[in-house]
Amino acid sequence: MHAFKYHRPSSLNDAAALMKGDAKLLAGGQTLVQTMKLRLASPSDIVDLGTIKDLAGIKSDGKSVTVGAMTRHADVAHSADVNKAIPALAALAAMIGDRQVRAMGTIGGSLANNDPAADYPAAVLALNATITTNKGKHEADKFFKGMFTTALGAGEIITAVSFQVPKRAAYMKFKNPASRFAIVGVFVADFGGSVRVAVTGAGPVVFRQAEMEKALAAKFAPESVANIKVKQDGLNSDMHASAEYRAHLVTVMARRAVQAALK
Amino acid sequence: MNAPLIGARIERKEDYRFLTGAGQYTDDVELPRQSYAAFVRSPHAHAKIRKISLDKARQAPGFIAAYTGEDFAAAKLGGLPCGWLITDVNGQPMKEPPHPCLAQGKVRYVGDQVAIVVAETSEQARDAAERVNVDYEVLPAVVDGSKARAKGAPQLHDIAPDNTCYVWALGDKAVTDAAFAKAAHVTKLDFINNRLIPNALEPRVANGSYSRADDSYTLYVASQNPHVERLLMTAFVMGLPEHKVRVVAGDVGGGFGSKIYLYAEDVAVTWASKQVNRPVKWTSDRSEAFLSDAHGRDHHTVAELALDKDGKFLAMRVKTTANVGAYLSTFASCVPTILYATLLAGQYKTPVIHCEVTAVFTNTTPVDAYRGAGRPEATYVVERLVETAAREMKIDPAEIRRRNFITAFPYQTPVALMYDIGDYNATMDAAQKLADVSGFSKRKEQSIKNGKLRGLGYAAYIEACGIAPSAVAGSLGARAGLFEAGEVRVHPTGSVTVFTGSHSHGQGHETTFAQVVADRLGMPIENVDIVHGDTSKILFGMGTYGSRSIAVGGTAIVKALDKVIAKGKKIAAHLMEAAEADVEYDRGVYTVKGTDKKKMFGEVAFAAYVPHNYPHDKLEPGLNENAFYDPSNFTFPAGTYVCEVEVDPETGVVRIEKFTAVDDFGKIINPMIVEGQVHGGLTQGIGQALTEGCRYDDATGQLLTGSFMDYCIPRATDVPSYQVDTRETPCTHNPLGVKGCGEAGAIGAPAALMNAITDALGVTDMPMPATPQTVWRTLQNKKAA
Ligand SMILES: Cc1cc2nc3c(=O)[nH]c(=O)nc-3n(C[C@H](O)[C@H](O)[C@H](O)COP(=O)(O)OP(=O)(O)OC[C@H]3O[C@@H](n4cnc5c(N)ncnc54)[C@H](O)[C@@H]3O)c2cc1C
Repeated sequence: MHAFKYHRPSSLNDAAALMKGDAKLLAGGQTLVQTMKLRLASPSDIVDLGTIKDLAGIKSDGKSVTVGAMTRHADVAHSADVNKAIPALAALAAMIGDRQVRAMGTIGGSLANNDPAADYPAAVLALNATITTNKGKHEADKFFKGMFTTALGAGEIITAVSFQVPKRAAYMKFKNPASRFAIVGVFVADFGGSVRVAVTGAGPVVFRQAEMEKALAAKFAPESVANIKVKQDGLNSDMHASAEYRAHLVTVMARRAVQAALK
Repeated sequence: MNAPLIGARIERKEDYRFLTGAGQYTDDVELPRQSYAAFVRSPHAHAKIRKISLDKARQAPGFIAAYTGEDFAAAKLGGLPCGWLITDVNGQPMKEPPHPCLAQGKVRYVGDQVAIVVAETSEQARDAAERVNVDYEVLPAVVDGSKARAKGAPQLHDIAPDNTCYVWALGDKAVTDAAFAKAAHVTKLDFINNRLIPNALEPRVANGSYSRADDSYTLYVASQNPHVERLLMTAFVMGLPEHKVRVVAGDVGGGFGSKIYLYAEDVAVTWASKQVNRPVKWTSDRSEAFLSDAHGRDHHTVAELALDKDGKFLAMRVKTTANVGAYLSTFASCVPTILYATLLAGQYKTPVIHCEVTAVFTNTTPVDAYRGAGRPEATYVVERLVETAAREMKIDPAEIRRRNFITAFPYQTPVALMYDIGDYNATMDAAQKLADVSGFSKRKEQSIKNGKLRGLGYAAYIEACGIAPSAVAGSLGARAGLFEAGEVRVHPTGSVTVFTGSHSHGQGHETTFAQVVADRLGMPIENVDIVHGDTSKILFGMGTYGSRSIAVGGTAIVKALDKVIAKGKKIAAHLMEAAEADVEYDRGVYTVKGTDKKKMFGEVAFAAYVPHNYPHDKLEPGLNENAFYDPSNFTFPAGTYVCEVEVDPETGVVRIEKFTAVDDFGKIINPMIVEGQVHGGLTQGIGQALTEGCRYDDATGQLLTGSFMDYCIPRATDVPSYQVDTRETPCTHNPLGVKGCGEAGAIGAPAALMNAITDALGVTDMPMPATPQTVWRTLQNKKAA
């Protein structure tokens, strides 16, 4: 790790003011610290969000669930509110990494990082969430721009994420055997009339599967998606999973997600 | 006298220390005026070094010194030696290219050491190392062993044309070919035994320190065999007298073979400590470990088994290309030969066997012994062949094994080994019962109903442990002896310190060895401490690998104990005013035949150190004996493993439903420790078959599986709750009747698992590791065919 200056601002404004040059925000550190230890990132300044009040916490009002940016994965997984309103979201959080990672990692960090194999992006996109920052609001459909890139401007700080409560939903994750990130993760959310299907891991960035959404809106049943062949074009291909295998898994995981949502 | 300790499930003496964080690992050693080293490593698989510039590094904060291959050459430091000379099929010695500690003009794998940088802190050393500027001329690379001898393949070493280290063979080819010509059935397989990256929990660490006061060196190092490390480093590399070098390997967090070897970093920090006149410590990080710890396996094999119409084995023919990496690591040459081909008889009466091994250099990390070393590869060959033959001939796979089991001992195999004892039917019977093989078809039906596939596979492995009779090893090319030393120091008040040349890096010797000693001396185990891992304390030692510790190291201790007890007998005879011939000894008590006279061991020990009433005319005072033990044969642990899997055909995910292991390790000292060793071994074997596969990029030679993001060692959830049991045929040639248990699991598990998966899938073969994608792909190919 290269040397850096460490800051602990007590307000969002102070944090934003510190975001100059090579400065980086620090949330749970589960991505940032690793890249620094590997000497792949060497920020001049680290601005720790951990000391800012009110960035962590969960609120639920029946229609939406709002999760503060600094809320740890473990807290989402164990939250009674989340488990009641959107059990699929709690289950997703419980599938991220391992205990240590879940105890530290945050939703804000995960979304800002936008790893193509991360889990939260699937929930954010399928549950049509709104991402609130110190500068304004982002719709889920316009937030995830590409591999590790988002609609966030330089120094923009995520403060909270509001998920719409679906009628029913489920997340199916096919884990990379080594990293346990998603090779393919499919989040299916039925809003009664409209259905959103978001796929993570398979492509360079999370995406919606329109054909499946249409078929499921017509009939929310496993057989609606079981025979939908997903195109390999543009999907990721690596030593763990070829594009062909990933395309196949999207269908299998989508079908299983619908099955689970109906349980 | 206490209850017998041999065979008791005693909790490990070392656990308190480890579980409370009180262990003293090499990285815990911080010496006064400590400095830190980082290594500049090659980012290229194959390149010429045009120029190295240290100018910028010298200006880095905290910089102390930096050295390159030129400095090492100027100091006349030798290269890293190989400890085993293999003679090829033409009677010529293997090709031994120089293995410099720091590259001399050329780098040959990603991670090859180019320079050492010493600084005030570890981070400063890394910062400075980043500023070392190396100008490379990149050369084409070859990483695949099967392509190393192809026309036009990039050449690694001038002295090894066609990248060939040796072509070696064992067995009678003509007789084997003749047997094949008469066979009713021939089974043939062509497969790769995948390359593995060891990943001990504790990475390698070396802390070298030079003392001007007496012109001596101390090297603290995470090593499995400190004396061997010292011998190789002093005699072959640095040209130092051994008495001026102390090597200390305290607590070591796992080795699995990867810490047997003398590594360049160990030499570099030791040498540098004199140059900078300060201790120099290097701690590998995980990324460096992936690149620089010796890897394991990496064979490409074509194997054939000839059978008669009843499934009796007539002959076996094996051709293997072994990828040894860029240089010969310490024992690289003997692993795919002596430790491999000699095990191809397995548990069977196969009358003739021929094996040819071609060892090749490639632009990859050197390959050496890794848990099992050659024997997992051999077991994989034999047990995949046997199971496949059974399926092809429609004979039950257990039955075909029974028809061919060796049942009379001692047994001379056609591949040099003489098995002293075993009972292969006994382990097979027990394994079949414990695995509930008879209920398998019902379970399979249920799986099919659930849309799943189910399969069952066996592996009846054998291994040669207790390495090794030195004369035999020597005749096969070993450049060292393979005995062990032990010393029993009885203190005046009767407690005992035992010094052993074996080394514990997770095996629990401090408990097992203490059980042996306390049992023989009839004292509580708390009265016995085991000391290992320090050349200044221990007589000598060949270290721990090849499941040799209890069989060779334990026996050396027993031999020393015998001397202690014998001397005690003379003292006791004097104290009891009896003839020595009338004195008997049993676990801590000396008695005089036909009388009620007795002396406790503690009383005798006290008399030896407070010799007021003592036979001074016949005996020296004190009670301290040592022994060296060179085994007369290998030991032959063997057993049967049964694996049952369920496969999800939609995703290719394999779940191990049951794994049953019945082993014959001879006499067992501590069943709990043995079970732990079996569990660990099985898990590593399952790792090889299911999750672990080292991959290099064919074109660039970059390591693709350079971290746990891509290299998957199994987690607890990947393995089942094991069913393990043992059967006992005591080893005939050591006093404890022990055989060794450290590697068995890793040796037998891959074949059992792959036999189960191929059974479930209904295919003849598929590559390891059986990752979901590979299983799915295999099923797609089967559908398409
Ligand atoms: C072993 C391991 C396994 C993992 N497995 C998974 C997995 O299975 N699935 C998965 O989805 N993830 C996984 N992760 C990643 C984990 O979820 C991380 O927590 C997450 O990606 C980043 O969150 P963080 O809070 O740790 O962010 P940090 O590492 O602190 O920051 C990440 C990036 O986001 C920026 N950032 C952080 N907070 C904000 C904010 N509020 N506003 C704007 N920018 C911000 C930082 O500047 C940095 O660039 C794993 C990580 C590890 C180490």
